[in-house]
Order: sequence, then structure tokens, then C-alpha cells
Amino acid sequence: METALFYDRLQFAFTITFHYLFPQLTMGLALLILYLKSRALWTNDEHFNDAARFWIKIFALSFAFGVVTGIPMEFQFGTNWAKFSELTGGVIGQTLAMEGLFSFFLESSFLGFLLFGEKKFGPRVHWMASLMLFLGSWLSGFFIMATNAWMQHPVAFTVTEDGNFYVTSLWGLLTNSWLVWQYLHNMTAAAATGSFVMAGVGAFYLLSNRHTDYAKTFLRTGVTAGAIASLLLVFPTGHENAKQVFEHQPVTGAAFEGLFQTERGAGMVLVGQPNMETLTIDNPITIPWGLSLLVYDEIWAEVKGLDAFPRDEWPDNIPLLYYSYHIMAGLGTIFIAIMVPAMLLLWYGKLFKTKLVLWGILLITPFPYIATTAGWMTAELGRQPWLVYGLLRTSEGISPLVHSGNVLFTLIGFVGMYFLLGILFLFMFAETVSHGPEPKNAGGEAPVVHSPY
Amino acid sequence: METFWFVAVALMLAVYIVLDGFDFGTGIIYMFVAKTDEERRLTLNAIGPVWNGNEVWLLAGGGLLFFAFPKAYASGFSGFYLALILVLWLLMLRGIAIELRSHLDHPLWRPLWDVTFSVSSLLLAVIFGAAIGNLVRGVPLNAEGYFQTPFWTSFLPGPEPGILDLYTVSTGILSATVLSIHGAYYVAMKTEGGLHQRAHRFAKVGGWVLIPIILLNLFSLKNVQPILSANYSAYPIGYTIPLAAAVALGLMLYFCQKGRDTAAFFASCLFILAGIGITAWGYYPNLLISTTNQSYNLTIYNSATSAYGLQVGLIWFGIGFPLVIAYTIFMYRSFWGKVTPASLHESY
Repeated sequence: METALFYDRLQFAFTITFHYLFPQLTMGLALLILYLKSRALWTNDEHFNDAARFWIKIFALSFAFGVVTGIPMEFQFGTNWAKFSELTGGVIGQTLAMEGLFSFFLESSFLGFLLFGEKKFGPRVHWMASLMLFLGSWLSGFFIMATNAWMQHPVAFTVTEDGNFYVTSLWGLLTNSWLVWQYLHNMTAAAATGSFVMAGVGAFYLLSNRHTDYAKTFLRTGVTAGAIASLLLVFPTGHENAKQVFEHQPVTGAAFEGLFQTERGAGMVLVGQPNMETLTIDNPITIPWGLSLLVYDEIWAEVKGLDAFPRDEWPDNIPLLYYSYHIMAGLGTIFIAIMVPAMLLLWYGKLFKTKLVLWGILLITPFPYIATTAGWMTAELGRQPWLVYGLLRTSEGISPLVHSGNVLFTLIGFVGMYFLLGILFLFMFAETVSHGPEPKNAGGEAPVVHSPY
Repeated sequence: METFWFVAVALMLAVYIVLDGFDFGTGIIYMFVAKTDEERRLTLNAIGPVWNGNEVWLLAGGGLLFFAFPKAYASGFSGFYLALILVLWLLMLRGIAIELRSHLDHPLWRPLWDVTFSVSSLLLAVIFGAAIGNLVRGVPLNAEGYFQTPFWTSFLPGPEPGILDLYTVSTGILSATVLSIHGAYYVAMKTEGGLHQRAHRFAKVGGWVLIPIILLNLFSLKNVQPILSANYSAYPIGYTIPLAAAVALGLMLYFCQKGRDTAAFFASCLFILAGIGITAWGYYPNLLISTTNQSYNLTIYNSATSAYGLQVGLIWFGIGFPLVIAYTIFMYRSFWGKVTPASLHESY
């Protein structure tokens, strides 16, 4: 039973982590594509349509991988977490079914128009398709976050004697106070991934002196959006998220920071390694009073450490949780350090000549993925040992009759399958980028684009 | 209220089988009817803009099942653990094959994805058929409402059956046959020239092969799961569904002979809907039948979520479902008509 639980958790963690690499790009790009299409419609400048067309190709690629890796997510609630599904289906069944009905159909129907419909249906329908795709993908994010927010901070439910959770107010479920900041934080992160990738591709073209017109558009759009997103990630969305963790999951907050003892004027550890034998931080570099100030806006405030809570309520992998949180927060700081100066250079018209910063923008491209993954590990490891915080333990949620051997078999299969998918995606992505955006011909004819099938 | 959601879930899954069914069918006949690279691209373009939307019906149907009858979702999905994960892998491979095949013009790349697309489509059609067979035959539910079946035991239906036994294999074959004919009508409807003729001929021959397979299934159905007939005896109005299926089958074969592929395709849609309707009518109010003890059956009453949950669901379903119908019709109307070689090179 122990090992089945471990493999169930590992499989879900692995498949959702891999899956979410794709939606974070598509949700971010959906916003930027909508901007490019709006700009094209507004100014009648074909340049922005060409630029949008290139990003729609990347979007479609990432979307396809997101769809095929997304199907297992819905299935696994039932296959691996049957008890959890049975007990909480009365609540999260609502949001998951709504996602299917409201988002998936919207996205899959209008992607066809975005890919095939530009010439056939004209610029207005094409713009509308980009709007629908934006709505669909951000709505999808909303329903998933509503599901997760309920697991983090359960509201609007009753529990029956046999342990079933039932929703008592759909409105309450959708307006969970936890959801607001978590959703904004997550969507800002998706916008960051989209804009960093757009800026990164722009920097790549400009540094290699190809497609320079488009490169500049990509950089202008990507750097501006990326700088705004980086700032919003830290303040207010990240800050407010941390505050609500300390308010509702104080033991998780203590584990984030590696705070083993309750302290007044608690310091914030920047670097250091949690030692679970001695319950201290090895080699700490600390900002004095930092944590008290961050959480309670007051340097002498008392922050509860892990010692204030019973051990069976501690997150079960504190070092990994601690590192995830620190990687997320550290990378967030680095993003600001690169993107904000880049935006200032852009304002003063010097960005396109400053090679060092362009290299920085190019090399930072994969890091929003890492930061987002670390952020999600922070949220999910932080919720442990609970599936529904404080109410249903993770160990109580797995399928009662699915044995560890079966789960290990499928876990190995998923690892192999996703390794293959990862290679294919990178290969196709590299091919699309090396092919580059295509301008309209001099005669005003749209370029000959072959059907993708 | 539970009955409404039973119908809604069954309808979503039936529409899924009709829509993605022709994608599977297209995949099964793909290697046989589409010979040249251009013909293969035409075939893929026939399903290209719609296949993804078709698959969403599965996700939405599954989501609806989860919402309305969480216990049945949990029990069914965990009980068929390996089979479902296999379905996931096949769905992934098929999706990737469709999306990536034509991106690269290389003599090894395209055949690799062609075979992947065909084989995964065939296996999926068989598995989905076998899945319906499993529902009909029943599964060894325990007192807690859970079960776990291996892929096979003795290959005979009994109290401890495997996922594959003589009966479920026969429903798998039935499903693969029905869907390949369904796909052949679709390809014939969407294409011209040699490709069209080959698809048409496939459908014509397939129609005659289908009849003995259906008879065999009907015959074994009575022996495997006698309780399905109870609803028909109680409410004889239900007999109109098999009647509709028989009429649809007749029309299908008739239109095919006449060379009216579009009409034959719609008759085939109706036939599949009626086929699922036959099962659903007999199955109600069960969601999973137990082979060990009838009192362990999961029904729409002992699996349903709370009354408030089901009621509030009406609000968003009432808004969402008409939207879904609207998108679907809009999308199919927009991409209606034959795919031609010229459309492969059409500018944006």
C-alpha cells in the first residue's frame, strides 16, 4: 500500500508537470497573439498579421502537445485517485465538468479557424478566433485553479457521515478567496512564459541577424509584457499568495522558509540547506527580520515555526518544498533583474544594439518553465500531507484495488512516452523557429502556406 | 433528476462515438484506401480541422460522469486501470501522428506516422467496443463498489471475467467493423477520384460483412446479460430504438448501393446512436452491473452526487450545452464540402 501511494503520487506529479509545460505557453501566447491580431486590425499593418501567423504555428504545436498530455490528467483522477474522486466528486466534479463544457469545446472549435480560416473568413473572424482562444484557454485555467484552490482552502461544502464532500454553493466555490490571488499569480506566470519565449525568439533572430523586422516586434512585445509580468509576479500576486499561505496553512509557510523554531523578528533565509536530522538550516545566509516583515509588515512580529505544529501535519518532503519555493522566488528576482533593465533600454531605443542584454534575454528563455514548475511544486508539496487541506489525507485518496506493480508499469510507460514527446516537441519547435516568419509577397498575395496535415 | 444526467452522459458519449468514430474509421481504412502521399494528406485533411474537437466529447462526457456520478466514475476508471492507461497512450500516439505526419517530407518519417495512426485507430476502436461489452456483461464489483479485472482470465464470461473474453472480443470486432464502415462513408463523402472510389468500395463490401457480425452479437447478448431485456418488457416503447437501428442499417446499405455517400454517412450516424441507445435503454438505471451480486450494482441512485449538485449543474449545463452545439454546427458548416488537392496548397 505504501509503495502504491508513492507511485501514484509520482505518476501524477510527473504527468502533470510535463503536461503543464505546454498550457503555460499556450495561455501566455494566447494573450500576446490577441494583442498582435488586435494591433493588425487596428492599424491595418500587415506586419502584425505576419507576426501573429508565426506565433499561431507555435501556439498550435504547443496546443497539440497540451491536448494529448492533458487527457491523462482527467483520467487519472479516476484511475489512480478513485477514493479521492468518489469522496470529493461532489465538489470538484462541478469545476472539472464545467471546464470540459465551457473551455475545451471553445478552444478546439476555434483553433481550426485560427489555423485555416484567415483567408477564407477574413480578418474580423480571424481576430475573433484569437479572442475566443484566449477566453477558452484562460477560462480553462480558471476552472482548474478553482479546483486546486478548493483543495488548498476548502469552502462552500458539507461533509456527510461517510466522508463524502458535497458543494453547498456553486457561487461560493467559484469565488473562493484563495482562488483570486492564486489564479492571478498563475496566469501572470503563464504570461511571463509566453512573453519570455517571444522575446527569446526575437533575441535569437536579432543576434543571428535574421528576420530582423520581426525580431524587433517580438522583442518589443515580449520584453514589455515580460517586464510587466515579472513585476506582477512578485507584487502583488506572489506577495499576497505567500500571505494567504501563512494565514491558512502556517505550517506550510514555515516549511517554505525552513523556519524550524518559532521566532520573533524571524529572518528570511536566502540560501541554505535544510537539515532534517538537526532541524536547522546548514550554511544559512539570512536577511535579518526579513520574514516577519514580509508576512506581517512588522519586524518584531512572531512567526510560527515548524515546532509549533504536530509532526504528522508537516509537509512530508520539507527539503524539496523549501528548494522549490526558493528556486521560484530566486528566479522571479532574476527575471526582474533582466527584463526591467531591458524594458528601460527599449524605451531609450538602445535595446536592439545592446548585445549583452539580448544574450541575457535569449538564455533566460527556459527559466520561466522552471520557475512555474517550482511554483507548482511549492503549492502541491506545501499542501501535503493533505489532498483537501486539513480534511482528507493524501494516503486516503488512492484507488483501493490498483496495485503498486500496475502503477509502476504505467509510470514507466509514461516516462518513456513523454521522453519521446519531449524530443518531438523540441524538434518541431526548432524546425518552426529555424523556418521563421513569412512576410506577404511584394504583390500583396498571402504566402503559400501548406495545410499542416 | 438522476435520469436527466444519465441521459446527458449517455448522449455525450454517444455523440463522441459517432464523431470520433469516423476519425477511428478513417484511421483503420487509411492505409488501404489512400495509396499515394497526396491521397493520405487528403484523408488527413478530411478529419484535420475536426478530430480534436471530436475528442473533446470524450473529455466532456467523462467530466460529466465525474460530476454527476462520482462513485461510478471512480469505480469504473480504477477498475479498468491498465486498459484505460492503454487507451490514453493510444490516443496520444494517434493525436501526435495526425499532427506531425505532414510536417516533414522524409521517406521514413511519414510511413512511420501512417502506421502509428492506423494501428492506434484500430486498437482504439476495438477497445472502445470491448469496453461497451464489459459494461453489458458486468464486472466483479465488491461490496464497496470497486473491482479490478485483469486483461483476460479464461476468456469466458463468468463471475470473475477478464476485460477480454469471447463476448467482449466480439463486441470489439463489431465496433471496429461499424466504425471502419462509418469512416469509409465519411472519406467517400469528403473526397473525389480514386480515393473516393476505394473508400466507397470498402464501405460497400463492409456493409455485407457487418450483418453476420451484428447477428452474432445480438444472439450472444441474450445469453450474456439477460437483465437488459427487463426494461424492454416493462416499457415496450423502447422497442422503437432497435427498430430505428434496423431502419438506419437498411438505409445505410441502400444509400451506399445508390452511391449517395452523404446520406449513407448520416444513416450510419443514426445507426451508431441507435445502437448505443439500445444498450442505454436496457442498462438504465444501472451504471455498472456486478457479475458477483446484483445488489452491488452501481446505479444512478447510489452513485449520484448531492441533490443540490445535480440541480445547480442544470444551470451551467443549460448555458454550456447549447453553446457546444452551436460551435460544433458552426465548425462543421465552415469546413463542409470535399477536400481537393488544390486545398492542400491553399494560401492562408
